[in-house]
Amino acid sequence: MSDLLTNVTLICLILLGACMLLLLYRVIIGPSNPDRAVALDTIGVIIIAMSGLLAILTETTYFNDIILLVGILTFIGTVALAKFLEKGVIIERDRN
Amino acid sequence: MLHLVIFIPFLFALIIPLLRTKLSNIHLGWFVLAVPVLLFTYFISFLEKMIQGEKIHSTLNWIPSLDINFVFVIDGLSMLFSLLITGIGSLVVLYSIFYLNKKENLGHFYFYLLLFMGAMLGVVLSDNIFVLYMFWEFTSISSFLLIGFWFHREKSRYGALKSMLITVFGGLALFASFLLMSITTGSTSIREIILNSEAIINSNYFVLILILFLLGAFTKSAQFPFHTWLPDAMEAPTPVSAYLHSATMVKAGIYLVARFFLVFQGEQLFAIIVSVFGIVTLAWGSFMAVRQTDLKGILAFSTISQLGMIMAMLGFGAGYENKVAIVAAVFHIFNHATFKGSLFMVAGIIDHETGTRDIRRLGGLYTFMPITATLAFFGTFSMAGFPLPVFNGFLSKEMFFKAAILDNVLDISILIPILAVIGSIFTFVYSMILFFKPFTGKENMLDRQPHEAPIGLLVSPAILVSFIIIIGLLPNIISEPILAPAVSAINGEIPLINIHFWHGFTNIPIWMSFTVVVIGTLLFRYRDKWTPFYNVFPGRWSAANVYDYLVNNTFTFAKSVTSFFMTGSIRNYLSIILGFLIGTLAVTIYITDGFAVSYDDLAPITWPVAFTGITMVFASIATIFMKNRIAAILVLGVVGYGLSILFVFFKAPDLALTQLIIETVTVALFLLCFYHLPDLTKTKESLSRKTLNIVISLSAGFIVTIIAIASHSFKKFDAISEYFIETSVSLGGGHNIVNVILVDMRGLDTLFEITVLGIAALAIISMIKLRKKEEVDS
Repeated sequence: MSDLLTNVTLICLILLGACMLLLLYRVIIGPSNPDRAVALDTIGVIIIAMSGLLAILTETTYFNDIILLVGILTFIGTVALAKFLEKGVIIERDRN
Repeated sequence: MLHLVIFIPFLFALIIPLLRTKLSNIHLGWFVLAVPVLLFTYFISFLEKMIQGEKIHSTLNWIPSLDINFVFVIDGLSMLFSLLITGIGSLVVLYSIFYLNKKENLGHFYFYLLLFMGAMLGVVLSDNIFVLYMFWEFTSISSFLLIGFWFHREKSRYGALKSMLITVFGGLALFASFLLMSITTGSTSIREIILNSEAIINSNYFVLILILFLLGAFTKSAQFPFHTWLPDAMEAPTPVSAYLHSATMVKAGIYLVARFFLVFQGEQLFAIIVSVFGIVTLAWGSFMAVRQTDLKGILAFSTISQLGMIMAMLGFGAGYENKVAIVAAVFHIFNHATFKGSLFMVAGIIDHETGTRDIRRLGGLYTFMPITATLAFFGTFSMAGFPLPVFNGFLSKEMFFKAAILDNVLDISILIPILAVIGSIFTFVYSMILFFKPFTGKENMLDRQPHEAPIGLLVSPAILVSFIIIIGLLPNIISEPILAPAVSAINGEIPLINIHFWHGFTNIPIWMSFTVVVIGTLLFRYRDKWTPFYNVFPGRWSAANVYDYLVNNTFTFAKSVTSFFMTGSIRNYLSIILGFLIGTLAVTIYITDGFAVSYDDLAPITWPVAFTGITMVFASIATIFMKNRIAAILVLGVVGYGLSILFVFFKAPDLALTQLIIETVTVALFLLCFYHLPDLTKTKESLSRKTLNIVISLSAGFIVTIIAIASHSFKKFDAISEYFIETSVSLGGGHNIVNVILVDMRGLDTLFEITVLGIAALAIISMIKLRKKEEVDS
């Protein structure tokens, strides 16, 4: 692997880490819960990106599972949160 | 044969329920009577051998590996006690036949009584200290049952519990002493311990052994200040009081001191403690007896005082080469059993025939109950030590005075004869009250017309009274067969016993006796003038009040201690647990000097990892300050995601996968719960409480960090992971080492983790589904 690629990957990772810190600011400060939910969703995306970069850096394919899984989970998590914030429950019971 | 004899009472006790149901029209006591009579004749047959100084041994293995066996030995001392137990036992059973109505629960009564008889025989015949201790506790338990015989009465239960607590307390002390004795001498046999008494006396534990031993003896024999259970034990049926609480059980402590006399013989400490406690018990018991208004109450305190007198004589005999003291002690053990037994029976007769035992309500019974009055006359005057040759009590009291004059031992020892005389004066006073108050004067305040007791009730006390007279007249007839072997068993010497009534006017004891009679008569005559003194002394400082205070305050103290930390608040328990954890860990690290920092073997920190770590730290701190549940769980979600990306950084893809799923599921579960939870309210806490929480959490985190650093810096061995890396494919057949470890190399752990999840799932289902109907409806 060329030095250039390594350096670029590292710089990307650092930038992503800085992004995560900024997103944390949004998660903590809010001000509203939907703000936090979106920020958390974005953290999930950052994890996807980081995993991909790490896979390049360590020259492995084992992290690809994680990329797929985080994709699904952040989606499910965000949908669940959105539903909770909207209706107050996640699983509605059909009482009829 | 001897074994069978000791176990006969127990065996007979077992068939009592059978007799009771099959032969219910005959009083159960008649069958039971056979047991003590048989045993008594059996023991009498040994008298001949006793005179020749023989001993009878008998061994039955029980736990040979621990050297605990049923070894029974009859010598003079055991013989005296066995005769008392079986002889008075026979009389008491005979008396109880007429005393107890057939409507009473006779099966229980005789069962307990036989249990007690067997246990008491076991105590006096055992040579093995642990077997002795077993029988000792048996007597405590059977006494507890007998005192509480009328268990529907509040006072019976109180008395039974009190005697149980005090005697078992002493019994346990005795057990500890026995353990120390057997450790220091390497033997469990009393005879061998006596031979090895040097080992006990020279051991470092000598004082402890002695004090624990005497605690056992003093509690059982109702010595000051442990005497307080005996008056309350008077709630037992009168035959029980006559048997246990005058003649046999309360003398078990005396027996014990006499039995181990040879071990402690030369020790000043033993002699001083035993004589001082004995003489104080004598004085205190007789002083308190005058205050009582209940016939049995007087007799109870009188028993205490007489036991103190016997104990004191054993003490005199121990340290001061005082030969007469031991003879006097043995003689008085015998005499006391005769007159106290008869007096209890007389008290029972009065109770039975008049319906009360209160001396303030009794009077002038002489005309109605002449025989009882005569019996009481001999009993009380013998107890008082009235100088006439028909009273055996006088003879032993005279010997007691002689023994109490200790020549030139200590300056303070002049107090001992003074206390002895004071005690005897009060003994004289209460004996006179006991006789003159119920039987003379005017009859008053009785619900029914009193009349003479049936002949059956009178037989037993009459036999005992005849002993008083016979021994009073001819004291030497028991000296050779009974007294001499007993004395030689106590101090190992064969004494020459010749008991005279008259020693001449040059004798100091006779003047002491005259003093007792004169002052006693005066005090009795003018007792109304000075008895109010009892309100001042002891006032509320009597031992019974002290006992009540102790027992009640133990309860309140225990309660306050428990309620101090058992607050029911999980927050407090967690503080205690964490505080304890921090304390022990910190102290251990400090003591073992276990902290170490090593900078070798550390991985380099990259900027992405640092950013992730900082994010997680901020997120965790922020979680604490969140004001909204959902916000808190979302911030916590950042920590979870951060952790998963750290797993990726450190090349653990499986962990990262699992962590992500778990994190998401947890968030979802939290959201499920939040619907049912109220809004997060700010808990109002005091500043000190808050500070404590902060201190505890900070120090917990600090300690764990310290330990983590120390354990990382302290690697003694190579990790075994090399093995897994090498053999994952060849042995496990898989390239994913983590999975191979989980399902192949350490598969058992996985199995139980699966079980845990299964149980958790089932528990959740049952928590949700299985609710009480009301809860579901509401």
